[in-house]
Amino acid sequence: MRNVMEIEHLSTYFYTREGAVKAVNDISFRIREGETVCIVGESGSGKSVTALSVMGLIEEPAGKIVEGQIHFDGKQLLNLSKQELRTIRGNDIAMIFQEPMSSLNPVIPIGKQIMEPLKTHQGLNKKEAKRRAIELIELVGISRPEQIAESYPHQLSGGMLQRVMIAMAISCEPKLLIADEPTTALDVTIQAQILDMLDRIKQKANMSMLLITHDLGVVAEIADYVIVMYSGKIVEEGEVVELFDNPKHPYTQGLLRSKPIIGDRQDELYSIPGQVPNPLDLKESCYFHDRCEHCLPICKTKLPQLKGMEGRQRVACWLYEEGTHHD
Amino acid sequence: MTEALLEVNHLKTYFPITSGLFNRTVGHVKAVDDISITLKEGEAFGLVGESGSGKSTVGKTIVRLADKTSGEVKFKGIDLHQLSEKELRKLRPKLQLIFQDPYSSLNPRVRVGDAIGEALINHGLATKAEARELVLEVMDACGLSTYHYDRFPHEFSGGQRQRIGIARALVLNPDLIIADEPVSALDVSIQAQIINLFRKLQVSRGLTYLFISHDLSVVEHLCTRIGVMYLGTMMETASRDELFRNPLHPYTKALLSAVPVPIPKKKRKDQKERIVLSGDIPNPANPPSGCKFHTRCPFATDICREQLPVFRHAGGDHYIACHLA
Amino acid sequence: MASISGGAVELKRSQAVPVRSSLWRQAMLRLRKNKLAMSGLGFIIFMFLICFIGPLFSPYADGKIDTANMYSAPSWEHWLGTDLLGRDMMTRLLQAGRISLTVGFASMCISVLIGSILGAIAGYYRGIVDQVIMRVADLLLTIPSLPILFILGALLSEWKVPTEYRMYIVMLMLSFVGWPGLARLVRSQMLSVREREFMQAATVLGLDDRRKLFHHMLPNIIPLLIVVATLNIGGSILYESVLSFFGLGVMPPTPTWGNMIDSANNLIDFEQHPWLWIPPGAAIFTTVIAINIFGDGLRDVLDPKQKK
Repeated sequence: MRNVMEIEHLSTYFYTREGAVKAVNDISFRIREGETVCIVGESGSGKSVTALSVMGLIEEPAGKIVEGQIHFDGKQLLNLSKQELRTIRGNDIAMIFQEPMSSLNPVIPIGKQIMEPLKTHQGLNKKEAKRRAIELIELVGISRPEQIAESYPHQLSGGMLQRVMIAMAISCEPKLLIADEPTTALDVTIQAQILDMLDRIKQKANMSMLLITHDLGVVAEIADYVIVMYSGKIVEEGEVVELFDNPKHPYTQGLLRSKPIIGDRQDELYSIPGQVPNPLDLKESCYFHDRCEHCLPICKTKLPQLKGMEGRQRVACWLYEEGTHHD
Repeated sequence: MTEALLEVNHLKTYFPITSGLFNRTVGHVKAVDDISITLKEGEAFGLVGESGSGKSTVGKTIVRLADKTSGEVKFKGIDLHQLSEKELRKLRPKLQLIFQDPYSSLNPRVRVGDAIGEALINHGLATKAEARELVLEVMDACGLSTYHYDRFPHEFSGGQRQRIGIARALVLNPDLIIADEPVSALDVSIQAQIINLFRKLQVSRGLTYLFISHDLSVVEHLCTRIGVMYLGTMMETASRDELFRNPLHPYTKALLSAVPVPIPKKKRKDQKERIVLSGDIPNPANPPSGCKFHTRCPFATDICREQLPVFRHAGGDHYIACHLA
Repeated sequence: MASISGGAVELKRSQAVPVRSSLWRQAMLRLRKNKLAMSGLGFIIFMFLICFIGPLFSPYADGKIDTANMYSAPSWEHWLGTDLLGRDMMTRLLQAGRISLTVGFASMCISVLIGSILGAIAGYYRGIVDQVIMRVADLLLTIPSLPILFILGALLSEWKVPTEYRMYIVMLMLSFVGWPGLARLVRSQMLSVREREFMQAATVLGLDDRRKLFHHMLPNIIPLLIVVATLNIGGSILYESVLSFFGLGVMPPTPTWGNMIDSANNLIDFEQHPWLWIPPGAAIFTTVIAINIFGDGLRDVLDPKQKK
C-alpha cells in the first residue's frame, strides 16, 4: 500500500518563560492510503501539537518546528511557502477540531461557509457550490439540509456543528483528514453517530485519516493503526488488533487496564501511579520510568529507541532490548 | 432497611427564559422536571445523563445552589429548602458537593491547606491548630503530601486539584457527598486514581454518594444504584447489576451500546448491532410532548407522542418511565 | 478517625523548612525582572526623595523675594534661574513637586477608598443599594470631569477660600470625579468573582459572609485595584496641573507644577525666560510617564488575565 504521508524525525518545541518545552520530540510515522491512524495520549503527550505541526499551524515565535520532514504526495511540506501550504491545506489535507463553534464564523450562514472553499479551491460557480453544499450536508447525516444551510452556527447543537465541520473538511475531497479530538466535547450517543459517519465517509472516499484522541474506546472503534504518545515521544505503535491484544509498553498496558469497562467491574481499578513528568525537566531517561512497575536501572539513565516487534508493532522500552527479558 | 438519608420528592427546577427590554419571562427551561431519588445511608447512587439532561442541576438544587420550583429535598428528614440561610449554613458541612472543574472550583489566591481547613475554623468545629492536624490527616488520606499544605492551586495538576477538592469536602466529615462529574476533566490514568480514591473513602468512612456523571463505565465502578436521566426526567432506575444486565428503557439501551469499548471493532465477534440513536437531544426549553424521548426512540408509537409515561415499578428495585417496556 | 502520627511527623519537617511561597512575593520577583517598570518605579522614588528632602538643603527654602535677582538665567547660584520675584526656581520646583505629588497620591487614596467601599457594597448586596450607588456614579460619569472641576474651582475662588486650604479642597475635588470609575470597576469585579465556581464552593462549605468577602472576593480584586490606582495617580497629577494652570486649583504663593507653568501664558516669559516653564513641564511629563510605565508593569504581573 502506498504511503500518503511520511513524517520523519519531527520535533516541535515551544518556548516559555521557564524554558523550552519539547512538545513533540523526534517522532516518525507514516499514514497509508485509506488507513485510519490514531494518535492516543494524555494531555501533554504532544498528540495535538503533532497534528498542528502537520498542518503548519504552529504559531511562531511561541512554538517552532525545529527539525524533521513531512512528505505528503511527493512534496516536503516544511519547505513550502505559506501560499503553497494554504492550497494544500484546503484541498488535499483538511482538519477538524474539538470545538466546532470556534472554527465557524458566527455571522455567516452555514451553507455559505461550506460554499466558500468549494468556490475558491474547486472553482465552482455559486449555483453549483450551493448544490454541492446541500449534498454535503446530507452526506454527513443531517436531515432537512436546505433549512440547515440557511441557519447560523449558534442555532445548531454541538453535534450538528461537528457534522458541518466534517462536511466542510471533506468538501474538496481531501486525501487526508486530520481530526483533533473530534468527539470529545460531544455526548456518547452523538459520538457514536459521528464515528459511524466518519468511518462510512472514509471508506467511500478512500480517504486517509489521522485521528487524535485520548479515548481508547474511540481508538478501538475506528483505528486501523495506533500510535501511543507519552511526553512528546512515541512509546508504542502497531496495528489496532496487535496493539490491543498484546500491548508491549508498560504505559500502553497501564492505559488499557485503567479504563473502566462496562461489564468488567473490579474492586479496584488498575491505576498508573504518579503523574506525567514536567515537560521542562526531562532528563536523559525513559520518561515513563518513575511511573513504571518494571523499571530497570538502565531506564533511569538512557532513553529507549523504538524497536520493531512482530508485524508492524514497534515499542520503545528497555524491557524488549537484547539481554533483558519481559516476564 | 436503613433510614433514608436523602429524599428528593418530585423536584422541579425551572429556569426562566427572559427576553426583551423589560426582561419579561417568555418561557422556562425545565432543567429538572419531576425527579424523585431516595438515598439510604452508605449507598452510592449514580445519576447518569447526557448534556442537557439536568443531572448537574439536580445536584445544585439539592445543596441549594439553585432554587427549586416545586417539590422537596429532605436531608435527614429536614426540608433543606425551608431552612433559613443561617440554619442551612449550620447544616452545610454535613452535605458536601465536589465540583467537576478542579481548576475553577479552587480560589487561586488561597493556599491549599487553608482552603481545606477554612470551613472547619469558620464553623467553629476546630481551633486553628486542630484544623491543621485534621487537614494534614485528610490530605494524607486523599494522597496529597504534607508539603503541599502551603502551596497554591496553580502549582498542582488536574488530578491533584481534584484530590484537594475531595479533601476539602471530606475534612468536614460529611454524611453525604454529591460529586458532580468529578473525573470527567481528568486524563484516563488519573481518572482511575481518583475513582479508586472515591471507592477507598467510601469503604473506610462509610460515605454516602450521589455521583453525577455522563460516563456509564465510571458510574458502574462506583455506584450500587443507578438512575438514568433524559431532558430533566428520570427514565429508569435500578440496582447496578440489574441495570447493566437487563436495561429496560430504550434510552438506557442506546446509552449502553454507545459507550465505546476498548476492544477493536475489527475483532469483535458478537458484532452486536449497536443502537445508534438518530437525531439530536431536543432543546430543554421546548421539550417534546408525551414521552420526552420519543423523537429519538426507535420504537416510538402514537401513545409515546401523546402521553407522558408514568414512572412505575418494574419488578425488584427496577423503576422505569416507558409505555413499551 | 485514622491515626495522625504520620501527618504530625511530616508536619514538623515542613515547619522546619519555610517554603511558604507568597503570591505577592512571586509577583514582585517577576516585577523586578521587568526593567522598564523598575526604572519607572526608580524615577518615582527619586522624584519623591528629591522633592521632599531636596529643599531642606537649599539656601533659598524660605522663598524670600530677591529684587536684585529677578529673571536671572540658570547659573551656578541658581541652577534653574530665578522668577519674576527673584525666587530660586530649583527650590520652588521641588517645593511644587511636594504639593503636586501629595495631591496626586492623596486624591488617589481618597477616591480608591470611596470607590472601592461603595463599589464593594453595590456588588455584594446588589438590589436597591446597587441601583442607587451606580446611578449616582453613572450620573457623575456622564458629565466630563474637566468642566465639573472648572466649575468647582471657580466656586472656590468665588467663595474666597483661603489659599492654604485650597490644596486640600483640590484633593477632594479630584477624588469626587475619580471615585465613580473605581466604584464601577470594583463592582463589576465583585460581580464577576461572585459567579466564579470557587464562590459556589464557598457557599457549599457554609462559609459566612465575612469570610467569603474578605478571604475569597477581595483578594481577587485587590491586584487589579492596585494597578488602576497606580495609573490613577498620574491622572490626578495631570488634572491638578491643568486646574492650577488655569488658576482654579492651588493658588500662588503655594507653588505647584501646574501654576508654575502659568508663566508660559505670558508671551515674553514664554520666549525669553524658558527656565520658568520648561522645568515644571518636564517634571509633570516625566513623572506621569514614569507612573504609567510602572502601572503597566504592575498590570503585567498582577492582572490575572495576563496570567495563565
